[in-house]
Amino acid sequence: MHELIAYLQAQLGFQEILVAVLVMAVFGLVICIYMALNALFLVWLERKVSAWMQDRLGPMEVGPFQGVLQTLADALKLLLKEDIVPKAADKRLHLLAPLIVFAAPCAALAALSYTRDFQFADFNIGVFFVAAITSLSVIGLLLAGWASNNKWSLLGGMRAAAQIVSYEIPAGLAILVVVMQVGSLSFREITLAQDGGFWNWMIFQYPPFNFVAFLIFFTATLAECNRTPFDLPEAESELVGGFHTEYSGFKWAVFMLSEYGEMLVVSLVVATLFLGGWSSPLGDLLNGGAWGVFWLLGKTYALVFVQMWLRWTLPRLRVDQLMYTSWKVLTPFAFACIFAVGLWMAL
Amino acid sequence: MQVGLSHFLILAALLFALGLVAVITKRNAVTVLMGVELILNAANLNFIAFARYLDHDLDGQVIGIFVIIIAAANVAVALAIVLNIYQRLRSVNLDEADSLAG
Amino acid sequence: MTTFDLMFYVIAGAMLVSAAVMVFGRNIIYNAVGLLFTFIGVAGLYVLLGADFLAATQMLIYVGGILVLLLFGVMLSQKITGLVMRTGTLQVLPAVIVCAGVAAILIRLILSNDWAVTKPPELPATTATLGTLLLSDYLIPFEIVSILLLAALVGAAYIARRESR
Repeated sequence: MHELIAYLQAQLGFQEILVAVLVMAVFGLVICIYMALNALFLVWLERKVSAWMQDRLGPMEVGPFQGVLQTLADALKLLLKEDIVPKAADKRLHLLAPLIVFAAPCAALAALSYTRDFQFADFNIGVFFVAAITSLSVIGLLLAGWASNNKWSLLGGMRAAAQIVSYEIPAGLAILVVVMQVGSLSFREITLAQDGGFWNWMIFQYPPFNFVAFLIFFTATLAECNRTPFDLPEAESELVGGFHTEYSGFKWAVFMLSEYGEMLVVSLVVATLFLGGWSSPLGDLLNGGAWGVFWLLGKTYALVFVQMWLRWTLPRLRVDQLMYTSWKVLTPFAFACIFAVGLWMAL
Repeated sequence: MQVGLSHFLILAALLFALGLVAVITKRNAVTVLMGVELILNAANLNFIAFARYLDHDLDGQVIGIFVIIIAAANVAVALAIVLNIYQRLRSVNLDEADSLAG
Repeated sequence: MTTFDLMFYVIAGAMLVSAAVMVFGRNIIYNAVGLLFTFIGVAGLYVLLGADFLAATQMLIYVGGILVLLLFGVMLSQKITGLVMRTGTLQVLPAVIVCAGVAAILIRLILSNDWAVTKPPELPATTATLGTLLLSDYLIPFEIVSILLLAALVGAAYIARRESR
């Protein structure tokens, strides 16, 4: 990024400060547009996947292929809808909450490594940064629940906070298993360590411990995105809509955008940590450059598909089962993985 | 004037003073805790600024990590106490929790 | 003015405003939101000071942990069905005067002192060095603080249990 700023400065002759602000603005815009496109695609995919699982057709009418423009039409509808804020709600926080929830996955996207040479910002603490910044959404959900001044919303917000905080622990421990083997927190370094074919991927190292760590991390991130079977914060049969009960129109769309953005981010992280990120599964074949984006997004959307598959297959857990899974199953197994891999590495 | 050590120190001093105001004036125990966190953050900012500008090694940052850990322990215990006070008095106003006062 | 200076003034300004909201706001949730942005501002200043690992720690522990705990504390210790979550204040004027005095003395001290500032080196990667320091020079404090944390959490869980009386 520093080289880019220096290059643009030389080309344009602007002051450093102006160029820096400009580059940041463009990067931010690119990330926001990508988040929006991603949500449009994923909502359509989710409908199609659910329809396919339930032997239906799903949206078919809008657009040239399989109703692919349906979500675009829906998005336009949402933008034109009236923005209803309940009379008893806290107006300012009601507006702030979806923005905070949206900021977290956007910031996380900036730290990821997309090809061998491209990264929005080259952090050497990338994984840690993503783990830290995603915890921002907890605050947003709590605020959304409270500002709506509705007991369903509040219960949903509290459930979301308790759930995300609990599942951060096994997720962090599973990240540690990988970081311990690579010796770096940077996404680029982690991917470089897995370069050169699928047999180098983290998921296949130190069997079966890394595979267990992969399962733990995937499950924990599923809970952090509030996806079924962990969708208690928005359990529609108990809580109407959970924390977004009182949201409508554009603000509701921002919540949806963030939910699908978060699915994308955690899938990107899983793909980078365990499935080799942008490196090709075929060794040096089709490796590097733009192929990196292809492989990374391919792996990511495959994982997103698994998330949807689980959503339309599994029933929802109870609250006590949710806490049991985190504290008494995932956390001890994650510790066991760290211990076993550490012992193996020391031998 | 170029931003240097004294800018960070003045900022930390202002943060400290604001935290002190919160600790002195607020009646609600949780808000007092928030003030304590502000003060701890101000102190931490000083440590990091000194580590950057005066001795160039990472000892200040290590102390910063310890401060953050201790702040976490502090909040956990304090909130447990606050919840217990609430269960007994149905209020978390510190000036009402005076049954130990002589 | 360099990018560094601009970033400093933007972050410092935003941070002071949100800290003021935290201190002078009447609504407890607004206080918490003010605290949220103050924490984020401090994390930004850590990045400016080259402490990237510490900035992420700040986000993870203060925003993801302490602030969530505080919000839970607020919500569990109030009647949360209404929006009225005011916090009373006592003796605001004397407190402000005293604290402004404290700040004035501190700032005067800072400005009058001739700090032996040397030119800071280029930002190094801190994580590995921090880890080595924690497990070598600071091993004893590190172990003690982990025991302290464990004791604090066990104690907090014990105190907060409903049956404890």
